[in-house]
Amino acid sequence: MTLQRHKYDVLVIGAGGAGLRAAVEAREAGLSVAIICKSLFGKAHTVMAEGGAAASMGNVNDNDNWMVHFRDTMRGGKFLNHYRMAELHAKEAPDRIWELETWGALFDRTKEGKISQRNFGGHEYPRLAHVGDRTGLELIRTMQQKIVQLQQKDGREFGDMESKIKVFAECTITEILKENGKIAGAYGYWRETGEEILFEAPAVVIATGGVGKTFKITSNSWEGTGDGHALALKAGANLVDMEFLQFHPTGMVWPPSVRGILVTESVRGEGGILTNSEGERFMFKYIPDVFKDKYADNEAEADRWYEDQDNNRRPPELLPRDEVARAINSEVKAGRGTEHGGVFLDVSKRIPAEVIKKRLPSMWHQFYELAGVDITKEAMEVGPTCHYVMGGVEVEPDSAAAVGVPGLFAAGEVAGGMHGSNRLGGNSLTDLLVFGRRAGAGAAEYVKKSGANPVSDSTIKAAADRIEAPFSREGGENSYSLHAELQEVTHNLVGIIRIRSEIEEAIAKIADIRARSKNVAVSGGRKFNPGFHLAFDLDNMLLVAESTAKSALLREESRGGHTRDDFPGMNNKWRQVNHIASFDGNQVNIKAQQLPMLPKELFDLFDVHELEKYMTPEEIAKGGSN
Amino acid sequence: MARKLNLRIWRGDATDGGLKDVQVDVNEGEVVLDVIHRVQATQMGDLAVRWNCKAGKCGSCSMEINGKPRLACMTQVASFDEDETITVTPLRAFPIIKDLVTDVSFNYKKAMEIPAYEHPQELAPGEARMEQIDVERSQEFRKCIECFLCQNTCHVIRDHEENKKSFAGPRFFIRIAELDMHPLDKLKNRKRTAQEEHGLGMCNITKCCTEVCPEHIRITDNAIIPMKERVVDIKYDPARMFAGLLKREKRD
Repeated sequence: MTLQRHKYDVLVIGAGGAGLRAAVEAREAGLSVAIICKSLFGKAHTVMAEGGAAASMGNVNDNDNWMVHFRDTMRGGKFLNHYRMAELHAKEAPDRIWELETWGALFDRTKEGKISQRNFGGHEYPRLAHVGDRTGLELIRTMQQKIVQLQQKDGREFGDMESKIKVFAECTITEILKENGKIAGAYGYWRETGEEILFEAPAVVIATGGVGKTFKITSNSWEGTGDGHALALKAGANLVDMEFLQFHPTGMVWPPSVRGILVTESVRGEGGILTNSEGERFMFKYIPDVFKDKYADNEAEADRWYEDQDNNRRPPELLPRDEVARAINSEVKAGRGTEHGGVFLDVSKRIPAEVIKKRLPSMWHQFYELAGVDITKEAMEVGPTCHYVMGGVEVEPDSAAAVGVPGLFAAGEVAGGMHGSNRLGGNSLTDLLVFGRRAGAGAAEYVKKSGANPVSDSTIKAAADRIEAPFSREGGENSYSLHAELQEVTHNLVGIIRIRSEIEEAIAKIADIRARSKNVAVSGGRKFNPGFHLAFDLDNMLLVAESTAKSALLREESRGGHTRDDFPGMNNKWRQVNHIASFDGNQVNIKAQQLPMLPKELFDLFDVHELEKYMTPEEIAKGGSN
Repeated sequence: MARKLNLRIWRGDATDGGLKDVQVDVNEGEVVLDVIHRVQATQMGDLAVRWNCKAGKCGSCSMEINGKPRLACMTQVASFDEDETITVTPLRAFPIIKDLVTDVSFNYKKAMEIPAYEHPQELAPGEARMEQIDVERSQEFRKCIECFLCQNTCHVIRDHEENKKSFAGPRFFIRIAELDMHPLDKLKNRKRTAQEEHGLGMCNITKCCTEVCPEHIRITDNAIIPMKERVVDIKYDPARMFAGLLKREKRD
């Protein structure tokens, strides 16, 4: 079998929003581009985004502008964001949305015929451009069709539509290749045939999305296995902020057909109550002191609130997300959870069926159609679900270049820094566009300066041997069982609520699974063999889990998507520090790195009293870095 | 709660294959894709199946379940009788790769043949103004998740391999309709090329595509029939036919 070889200027790994936007930019800069897609073209996880894309166009409220958006983003991230990324994102998001419209996107409209914008948590003004509840699909299709448009143009000019930009669907990259310390290409296999494939390219853009499949309960699809995170680590890049993961408190835990799917907060807002396996409405036990005057401490008052909100305190089911998640987690750990590790969320006993169907139509429909669960008649089983990873490849904000690896770029969920410790809803879709474009431009500029960097035969052989290995072992470990074991460890020990002893236990267990994973054997042939595919995905997830656990152990505070039961508060000293994960070939090592301080012009956008919540008096006294 | 389900799965590749019977646990509320995953994890580690979102939004897990084109993630086991054997087979209109996975590249080739959207040059980014009611017509077609069930069920290609060359299929008729109804698209003659280059005329409106669409897009009524009617108006309007002799039509 001869090895398939391809030469391109830029190789984009990942065909979600960020990857496609990067590909368009690099092609428009005159370069040849290969797009690698783990599944079929157009199926990326971006299609799952429902809410919208945040951009301060000011179409609905003209008080909105980039500075307000910037402030909201920094607040949401609890000031751990890289300020420059948040700044670029806020400034460029409107242009990226309008640009999509010139490519044929059809967003919902305002009465004046402009792009409509909706409210969303954490955003001061209505800011999310949307298309019903399928905004992500609209982004993907628009860019997919933009790529076809570029291909048609190339067809007219060069006689072959795929001469300058080609999509390699159902192809997995197992290794990023370097020569002389710089990017030289990538190696992988076709999922359909198992045949190996080599890409020679002096620039690689990683746009592989998230890591949700590392956890047991997740809203992510099978593709969210942290491939790009691991590929970058192994190529010598760093991961930043890997302790920060966004969990939603109420994801479905049972039945399996809907496991991980989010149950919107409005179910609780409409009167849904949380109970444990003993039938106790447990949230009353978990009202923190600071909320005592706002939340009812007895059922009678909580029930009255739905009718009379002026004279009663709110039911404790409506506490902030992290409080609800903490409470559910405590009940399950105390042995009062459901058979499947969740608690009950019941809206059926309080509200008549026809009212539920009217107020929560899509929820009712979704669970009825996907799982046969009728929420007007029975309780749901819910628990925290892993939704998004804030951490990712450490990049230079302006070019999206990975720190420390010439020729490597990263954009979208796989890149770190933009969202700090917690992402605002709606910011991910514009993150894809803004930094996808910047990564494409950064890669193009790099290639024009650096030129080709051929791959050596010895590098190819090493990559090929690694793919062959699981087939040559006999009677080794099963990749499906190891994956399930890893998911149990991460979910139970470095999930939504963390504590030193458990994180330490997780680190030891992950190391053990990793040792055993070296012995994974694959049955069957190479042709479209999911067991073989999982063997490689598993390796990636193990590196991600190790980075997360080790970063989480060091951060002795609670902030955004990192909650330590043994260090419950936010600590301003920790705000000055990012954790940087790197890989030495054997294990992941973490070092603390100083976060760059806001320059004065951005510092001055905030009220000093607000900054006092996040910064030390010395930082405030300096008033910005310049 | 678990019970045993009799599942019959087509296994094989382009050269050879057949139905294999397995018994597998099934729990309350599970969909067919859950059961296939259980078979994969416990009995057939190399069973090939496509899937992504498992929430009916990506259109990857298209297959034929008891002969009907369906998404496996949206088909509940409970919708069959308890003692019924569920048979899962690959999409019939496309070449088999392995087990439940077929080669759907036909669809991506057709996508490349549909002329792209053309934006009015005089409209700078951000200047476009459109009424909600005008964008909604195209938005219906943009809901398409590209599961290709409509393509698979359409008998113009399902039973006639030779038609594939000249027939784009329902998925791409709604793509053309979407662009044709787009308030800003500048490209002319989309309906005419639908008829002359993409095989619109071969569709005889049996509505099979509409029936299998998991997004409930009214493919036939809202896209195909309106385009066919306009094509008839254009091609067989006596006044236009006369004018057409004098001057080739600029737009339809």
